[in-house]
Amino acid sequence: MLGYITKRFGAAILVLFAISVLVFLIFFATPGVDPAARIAGKNADPATLAQVRASFGLDEPLPIQYAMMMKHLFITHDLTSFVNRGVMVIPQIIDAIPITLSLVVGAAVIWMVLGVVMGTLAGAMRGTLVDPLVMLLGVFGVSLPVYWLGEVVNLITQKELHDSVFSWVPPLGYVPFSQSPGQWALHLLFPWLTLALLYAGIYARLLRGELINALNEDYVRTARAKGLSERRILIKHALRCSLIPIVSLFGLDFGALVGGAALLTEVVFGLPGVGKLTYQALQNLDLPVIMGTVLYAAFFVVLANAVVDVLYARLDPRVRHAA
Amino acid sequence: MLLDVQDLRVRFGSFTAVDGLSFSVRQGEVLGIVGESGSGKSVSMMGLLGLIRTPGAEISGKVTFRGRDLLALKDREMRAIRGKEIAMIFQDPMTALTPVYTVGWQIAEQIRAHEKVSRSEARKRAIGLLEEVGIPAPGKRVDAYPHEFSGGMRQRAVIAMALSCSPALLIADEPTTALDVTTQAQILDLMRRLRDDHGSAIVMITHDMGVVSETADQVLVMYGGRAVERGPRQAVFHHPRHPYTWGLLDSVPRVGGPRVRRLATIPGTPGASTGGGCPFADRCAHRHAACDEAPPLVGTDHLDACWLPAEERTR
Amino acid sequence: MSALLKATDVVKHFKAVQAVNGVSLEVRAGETLGVVGESGCGKSTLGRCLVRLTDLTSGTVEFDGQDITTLSRRRLRPIRKGVQLVFQDPYASLNPRRTAGDAVAEPLRVHKYGDAAAIRRRVAELFDVVGLTRAHLDRYPHEFSGGQRQRIGIARAVALSPKLVVADEPVSALDVSVQAQVLNLFADLQEELGLTYVFIAHDLGVVRHVSDRIAVMYLGEVVEVAEAERLYDAPAHPYTRALLSAVPEIDDGSGAPRRERIVLTGDVPNPIDRPSGCSFHPRCPVAQARCRTERPALRVVGERQVACHYPSIGGNVAAHGTLVVD
Repeated sequence: MLGYITKRFGAAILVLFAISVLVFLIFFATPGVDPAARIAGKNADPATLAQVRASFGLDEPLPIQYAMMMKHLFITHDLTSFVNRGVMVIPQIIDAIPITLSLVVGAAVIWMVLGVVMGTLAGAMRGTLVDPLVMLLGVFGVSLPVYWLGEVVNLITQKELHDSVFSWVPPLGYVPFSQSPGQWALHLLFPWLTLALLYAGIYARLLRGELINALNEDYVRTARAKGLSERRILIKHALRCSLIPIVSLFGLDFGALVGGAALLTEVVFGLPGVGKLTYQALQNLDLPVIMGTVLYAAFFVVLANAVVDVLYARLDPRVRHAA
Repeated sequence: MLLDVQDLRVRFGSFTAVDGLSFSVRQGEVLGIVGESGSGKSVSMMGLLGLIRTPGAEISGKVTFRGRDLLALKDREMRAIRGKEIAMIFQDPMTALTPVYTVGWQIAEQIRAHEKVSRSEARKRAIGLLEEVGIPAPGKRVDAYPHEFSGGMRQRAVIAMALSCSPALLIADEPTTALDVTTQAQILDLMRRLRDDHGSAIVMITHDMGVVSETADQVLVMYGGRAVERGPRQAVFHHPRHPYTWGLLDSVPRVGGPRVRRLATIPGTPGASTGGGCPFADRCAHRHAACDEAPPLVGTDHLDACWLPAEERTR
Repeated sequence: MSALLKATDVVKHFKAVQAVNGVSLEVRAGETLGVVGESGCGKSTLGRCLVRLTDLTSGTVEFDGQDITTLSRRRLRPIRKGVQLVFQDPYASLNPRRTAGDAVAEPLRVHKYGDAAAIRRRVAELFDVVGLTRAHLDRYPHEFSGGQRQRIGIARAVALSPKLVVADEPVSALDVSVQAQVLNLFADLQEELGLTYVFIAHDLGVVRHVSDRIAVMYLGEVVEVAEAERLYDAPAHPYTRALLSAVPEIDDGSGAPRRERIVLTGDVPNPIDRPSGCSFHPRCPVAQARCRTERPALRVVGERQVACHYPSIGGNVAAHGTLVVD
C-alpha cells in the first residue's frame, strides 16, 4: 500500500510540473502578447519594462524564462499584480483562501447530507411516489445555473422581501470567522445553500442509481436469506458499497471547488475568495495574478485526485489488493 | 414432516411462474429438484422463503414448516426463520458475499442477528465453521475478504455461513453449477458430510441429473411451473413415468455406458406454462386430446402428472 | 489420415500468466478432437491460438499444410474461409443491432461470395440447414432463445463451407434438452458438410459424445490424448482418472459400473503460480520424487499419448517407471 501511495504522489508531482510548463507557455510563448508589459504593470515606463525584462530573463531562451518565473513565484515571492501596481500576488491568493474554504466546506457538508439522504430515500423507495419527487428536486438543482439562482436569491433576500421575510439577511460580503462566528455563518448561509443545491442534485441522482444496482446484487439476496432486517441491509450492505464511487467523486469536486471553481457563486454573492480573484484577473488580463491562481487551482485538483485514489483503496478492499 | 408445501403459486402479473406446486421434505432428507429454465424451481423456493421482492408478485398456497404457515407470517417473523431455521445458498459464489466486509465479519453478522452472543464468541464460532468446511488456516482466513478466496473456497465459506445457526433445512440453489467438476465433487461431499453431522434436511435445486442421482433421497421433477414427477430417487431414475423425465434422461450425454450416435431430443424450447393445459404438451410426443387439461399429480410414493394410462408408459 | 491442423509447441503467455505452456496437437481431417479441462487449463486460449485469433508467444500452427503462425492479417484472410469459430455465449457473439440474416450474411459479404441475390439465397439455405425458418431472417438476437442463437452462430460459421470449425464451449450455456438438439446439429453438419471439429468443453459427458479423440488439458499443458472410448474406459493419466471419477453419474438401473472416486485435494491451481516439474504433482495421488523435478513430456504409450512418469495402463498403476501393459 505504501508503494502505491508513493507512486501516486510521485505521479501527482509530475502532473503539476507539466501544468506549470503548459501555463507558462500559454502566457509567455503566445505570439503577439508581450509578457513584459503584462508583468510590469499598466502603463509602465520604459525603465520598468527593461528591469522586468532582465528580472524575468525575457530575452533569454524559454527554459530560462520558465525557471525565472518559477523563482519569482515560489522562492522570492515578489510577483506583483499588473492591475494593482505593487500588490503582491501570492499574499493576495493566501488572503482569499479562507473565504473560499469557508464557502466550499460549508456547502460540501450540506450537499453531502442532502444528497445522501435524498439518494437513499429515492433508491430505497423506488416505485413509490417518493422516488420521482426526490428526483424532481434533484433535476431542479442540476438545471438551475448557479449564477442565475444566486442572483434570484439575492433579488429576493436583498431587495424584494428584504424588509419583510428576509430582514435578517445581511448585505453581500464576507465576515471572517474570527471576527464574529454568527455573522460569518449568516453571510454564508445563502451562498452555501445556492452552491449546495446544484451538487446535492447531482449526488442524489448518482447515489440513487448506485443504490438501485446494489440492491439487485447477489450479495443483497444473500443478506436477506441470512434474515437481516431491510434497514440493516440497506445501510450496512447496499449503501456502504454504493458510497464508494460517491466518495471518490466528492473528492474530485471538492478539490476543484477549493481551487476556485466556485467562482460564479463568489462573484454573485460578493465573497472575495480565490474564485472572485481569478475572475477579476481574467477580466483585466492581469497576467501575474492569473498565473498564480491557475497554478494554485491546478495544485488542488491534482492533490484531490491523488488523495481520492488512495482513499478509494482504503474503502474498497478489492482495489487495495490489486494495487 | 419438516416442510410441507401445498399448492404453491407464484404470479408476476399475468405470468405464472409456479403453478400449484406441492411436495414435502422430511427431517434430515435430501430432496433434489430438477428442472430447466422456466421450470420455476428457483422461484418457488425464493417464494416460500419470502425472498421475492419484485413489486406486484403474488404468492399463494400453504407452506407448513414446523407447524407454522410461512406464507401467513409477517416479514419480521419470517426474518427470524430465515438464516436460523431455514438457510438458502445460491449459484454464483463469486458474487454471493458483500465485497467490503471480511468473511468472518459476515458469518458473525448472521450469528449475532439470531443469537445473543458477543463479538468474540461469534468470531470464534466463525473460525470453527470455516475449519469444519475445510478451509485451510481458518484463524487467518476469517479476516480475509471474499475476493481473496477462490470459487470453491468461497462456496465453502458461503455454506459455513448458511450452517452457522444449525438450520433444520438448507436450500441450495444450483450450488455447484458455477464450479469445476473436481471442486463440485468436493462441495457435494462436504454437503453430504454436513448433513450427516448437523442433521439438516437439504433441498438441492439443480439441472444436473447426475448430481441428483448421487445426492438425493427424493426427487422432484419440475416443468413449466408444475411438478411433473416426484418420488424416491431409485424409483424415479430406474422407472421414470413422465415423458419429460424420459426425455431428460435420454438427452443427457453419459460418461459411462454405451455411446449413442444421436441423442434423443425433446423438440422445442423449455419455457413456462401458457394456458391451462399440461405445460409439457406442446413438446410431448404422446400428446392427445386429454392433455388440454392439466393433469394432477397422482400416485402414492411415486407420483406423476400425466394422462397416459399405465400400459402406455413405455419409453 | 492427414493432419488438417498441426500445432507444435504452442506457447501463449499473458504477462505473468502462462495460459498455454507448450502444446503439440494434431487434428486429422474429418475427425472431432475434443479438448477438455477445468478452469485455468488454457483450452479456450489454445482454441484461439489455433485459429490465430490470438497471436502465439512461440510455437507454430499449420493449417492444411501451410504455416499460419506469423501470417499478416491480410494474408490470413483467405485462410479464414477455411477455419471458423463458434463461441460459448450465444448472446455476446451476435451483434444485437443486426438481424439474424445480416449476421449470417456478413462472412459472405466480407469474402465476396457473390452478389446480393446470391448471398440472400445462401443465407436462406443455411437457415434451413440449421433448423431455422425464413421468418427468422429479419429478427434480432434478443428475440431468439439461447438454442436458436447458437444455431445462428453455427450457420454463420459454416456459411463459407470451412474445412475446420473450432467450437469453444458451444453448449455450456444451454439447457439440457436444447443442448442435445444442438449437439445433434453438430453431428449432422459434420456428416453433410464433411467438417472437422475441434470441440472445446468442460462437460465430460458432452465431450465423450461428440469426440473421436480427446485431449485432456491441465494448467496449460496436454496431459493425455486418446480415442474417446479408450480414454473413458481406461484413463492413463492420474488427472484424467480423478477428473472422470468426479463426474456425478446417473444411476438409472442399467447396470453400468460406477467408477471409484478419487478425491483431489486443494483447488484447481492458478496459472500464475506454476508448480515445478510436473504441474500436477502437488495434487497427484501417485506422485513420486521424480515428478517434483522433471516435467514429463507428452509421449506415445501404446495407442495414446500421455504426459506422466507413472501412467496407469490397462488399469494397473506403474511404479518406478516400469510400464505394466495388459
